[in-house]
Amino acid sequence: MPVVTVFPQLEPLLPQVTKPIQYVGGELGAVVKDWDAAAVRWVLMYPDAYEVGLPNQGVQILYEVLNEQPDVLAERTYAVWPDLERLMRSHGVPQFTVDAHRPVGAFDLFGVSFATELGYTNLLTALDLAGIPLCAADRDERHPVVVAGGHAAFNPEPIAEFVDAAVLGDGEEAVLEITSIVREWKAAGRPGGRDELLLRLARTESVYVPRFYDVDYLPDGRIQRVVPNRAGVPFRVRKRTTMDLDAWPYPRRPLVPLAETVHERYAVEIFRGCTRGCRFCQAGMITRPVRERSLTTIGQMVRDGIERSGFSEVGLLSLSSADHSEIGDICSGLAQQYEGSNVSLSLPSTRVDAFNITLAEELSRNGRRTGLTFAPEGGSERIRRVINKMVSEEDLIRTVVTAYSNGWRQVKLYFMCGLPTETDDDVVQIARLAHEVIRAGRAATGSRDIRCTVSIGGFVPKPHTPFQWAAMAPPDVIDRRLRLLKAAINADRQLGRAVGYRYHDGEPSLIEALLSRGDRRVAAVIRRVWADGGRFDGWSEHFSYERWAQACADAGVDLHWYTTRERDRAEVLPWDHLDSGLDKEWLWQDWQDALAEFEQDDCRWTPCFDCGVCPAMDTQIQIGPTGRKLLPLTPVAAAVPAAVPAASSREGA
Amino acid sequence: MQRIRIRYAKRGRLRFTSHRDFARAFERALRRAGTPMAYSQGFTPHPKISYASAAPTGAASEAEYLEIGLQRAVDPASLREALDAALSPGLDVLEAVEARGSGGLAERIDAARWRVELPGVAPAALDAAVAAFLAASEVVVERLTKQGRRPVDARAAVVSIEVVHAGQVGAGGPGRSGAMDPHHAEPEVPSEVAAVPCAILDLVVRQVTPTVRPDDVLSGLRVVADLEPPVPPRATRLAQGTLTAQGQILDPLRADRDEAVIEER
Repeated sequence: MPVVTVFPQLEPLLPQVTKPIQYVGGELGAVVKDWDAAAVRWVLMYPDAYEVGLPNQGVQILYEVLNEQPDVLAERTYAVWPDLERLMRSHGVPQFTVDAHRPVGAFDLFGVSFATELGYTNLLTALDLAGIPLCAADRDERHPVVVAGGHAAFNPEPIAEFVDAAVLGDGEEAVLEITSIVREWKAAGRPGGRDELLLRLARTESVYVPRFYDVDYLPDGRIQRVVPNRAGVPFRVRKRTTMDLDAWPYPRRPLVPLAETVHERYAVEIFRGCTRGCRFCQAGMITRPVRERSLTTIGQMVRDGIERSGFSEVGLLSLSSADHSEIGDICSGLAQQYEGSNVSLSLPSTRVDAFNITLAEELSRNGRRTGLTFAPEGGSERIRRVINKMVSEEDLIRTVVTAYSNGWRQVKLYFMCGLPTETDDDVVQIARLAHEVIRAGRAATGSRDIRCTVSIGGFVPKPHTPFQWAAMAPPDVIDRRLRLLKAAINADRQLGRAVGYRYHDGEPSLIEALLSRGDRRVAAVIRRVWADGGRFDGWSEHFSYERWAQACADAGVDLHWYTTRERDRAEVLPWDHLDSGLDKEWLWQDWQDALAEFEQDDCRWTPCFDCGVCPAMDTQIQIGPTGRKLLPLTPVAAAVPAAVPAASSREGA
Repeated sequence: MQRIRIRYAKRGRLRFTSHRDFARAFERALRRAGTPMAYSQGFTPHPKISYASAAPTGAASEAEYLEIGLQRAVDPASLREALDAALSPGLDVLEAVEARGSGGLAERIDAARWRVELPGVAPAALDAAVAAFLAASEVVVERLTKQGRRPVDARAAVVSIEVVHAGQVGAGGPGRSGAMDPHHAEPEVPSEVAAVPCAILDLVVRQVTPTVRPDDVLSGLRVVADLEPPVPPRATRLAQGTLTAQGQILDPLRADRDEAVIEER
């Protein structure tokens, strides 16, 4: 059956919806390939609005890696807003890709990247609009194989019913391996149908195919065991790790949208993984070991990225960017190269110490000193020991005061509420800390024109972390502590007026917690919420706690059992058969250390503490220094002739 | 500082680009093309770009104008080529001319000519609606603005409104073919509508405040004659410029081009 663009049907609907530009594609860097010439066809989805999904690094990397294969075609699709969804339903327009507006249902593979669990309902909308049965069991050879990835795929059990497969960890090599299997199976005339294809994928031991595993439950509702129901399917599925990031310098040709998006910048991942060991942080646990991209590759990527995209901002991304072994040289080298060029550099996710201020000073050579952000995460030294965020109060005050003394007027501090063992006092201490910051800052600068914003998020226990056993604090406890904190901040009017306060309600976190640590029985809740109109749950204006609570009640799922219940050591967790490399015994020991307020060091600078990842995954830490330096560029503005034929910066389209 | 005036088009699916979207994309294209932009002074320097009235989101255009300031002189023709290559196909840079003549770009633009295609509307029904519209001295329509619903007179700003009948498409209607500068013969404007029975309006609208858009005129046709197109009509701006007493629109870049010719002599 020939596959044709649905744009002629979509086009008359576009004048009737908000921001139609997000649905038309035409981005710089977008690739449109001949459908019939491709042996394997992927559609990649970020299950949120275009403005959030387009900048996503994971999708951009895989899009480019796949399209570089001559016989592979990859296109993108994003969640459509309810206004367009309604029109698409009434006019029979299916879920489409933005590249060539091809129907999503016609592709071989449908890869969906979940950075957060709150995108699950958007996956159901896309499947339904694409005409793909919601239930993986109801699909046949005509339908794409739906593959979940992203951090949430480390526990895909709540969506196990809806996906055919899940891949844990880095996607660069995984998508190519899956592509080869599909290519071979298609070329051989699809032997054994869909079942055989899924079996071939499962036998790689790094693609999880939920249907090949049975889950048995104990009478009390806990899981008894999860076992394969097919020969040759591994007991545990391993995560993927891309080693040598210098060999994978993507995105090379960043997508530059016409529509406005949440990040308008060229982003380079300067390293992957983190071994700081913050116990609440799932990203830090599941992305080990640390693998640095070298200074020279970073320099080259920034140079090419800026030239090809025309972006004026560069983000140096990672989980804790100041921890790169050559971060000083990277920042000063880039700052020097781009001085006076209107290119600004930013370093998100930094740690609390004075070295950061030095880096920030380098990076702000070109621009303003708008704001600096630090994340002490916990208000008291005690709770910071529990979460293994090793920042002393003295360090924090010194760092912030240094920032004020160097011209920054605004500092933002991130904290969490609802952490394990937390008391009211741990949270109220945040107010004292904020007051102290302002007092010291005023003393050091002699100015009253300094501010500090305290931003608080609710803690959600995540799989594959030492806190995976922890009870989540109920929303009423969190809300009460946040009220106490607000009162404590305002108790001193002199200092309190310089402190901004931002927080989130506890209820959305409770649903995130249900989806994070849920098992296959939670699928019924997701389906009900979706059927009841649940969409865009990551957006406060669309999220409805009542809808989720009602769906739990209707599906017979006890929300509190999944969220505020502490698990014991023997309990089989829904994701135990999914191997992040972390040794469960080590995680348990780290959980016990947390309760004993005992800190854990970073294995980059101290001996290995046996978290298990490197031996289990056959990986190793890859860090510098390389000792090299970034060579000064001739000033960027003068290096390029006034009018260059820019044909090279333009792809396919 | 050299000033360059540019005419660009918004075509096909990229007609859904809003003015803000275009402005962002254009700034990036300037950087990709290595244009030696002049920047404003101050703490956050901005490249010197000024836009003449922009077509609304969803309307195509063959005649959008802007002016940029450069640190040093470049060849306008190569600049046009480089910028066109740096922008997505569908956002097309058509002309670049060094600003020479007196007066700003905005002062040379006081009217626009539009072609509005109405797929699924019978030309006879459109004829009747246009006649009713022309007969009215005022046609008040409601427009949704950020401040809420606001009444706008769609009639007063309309200089001419005609139904284009078969064989006239592209000619711009009787008596109008001489409106454009010969240097700047009207391009073959691709139709936004393919192979559907379709009525076509030729519309000249004076620039007033608030701006009267083709959508407002279509609302006006609904008010006076209950004209309800079955699918959203498509508007394309064909020209902008100075309105002459004869109802013609003069190319706003002509003065710059004429000056250049004189200098060459």
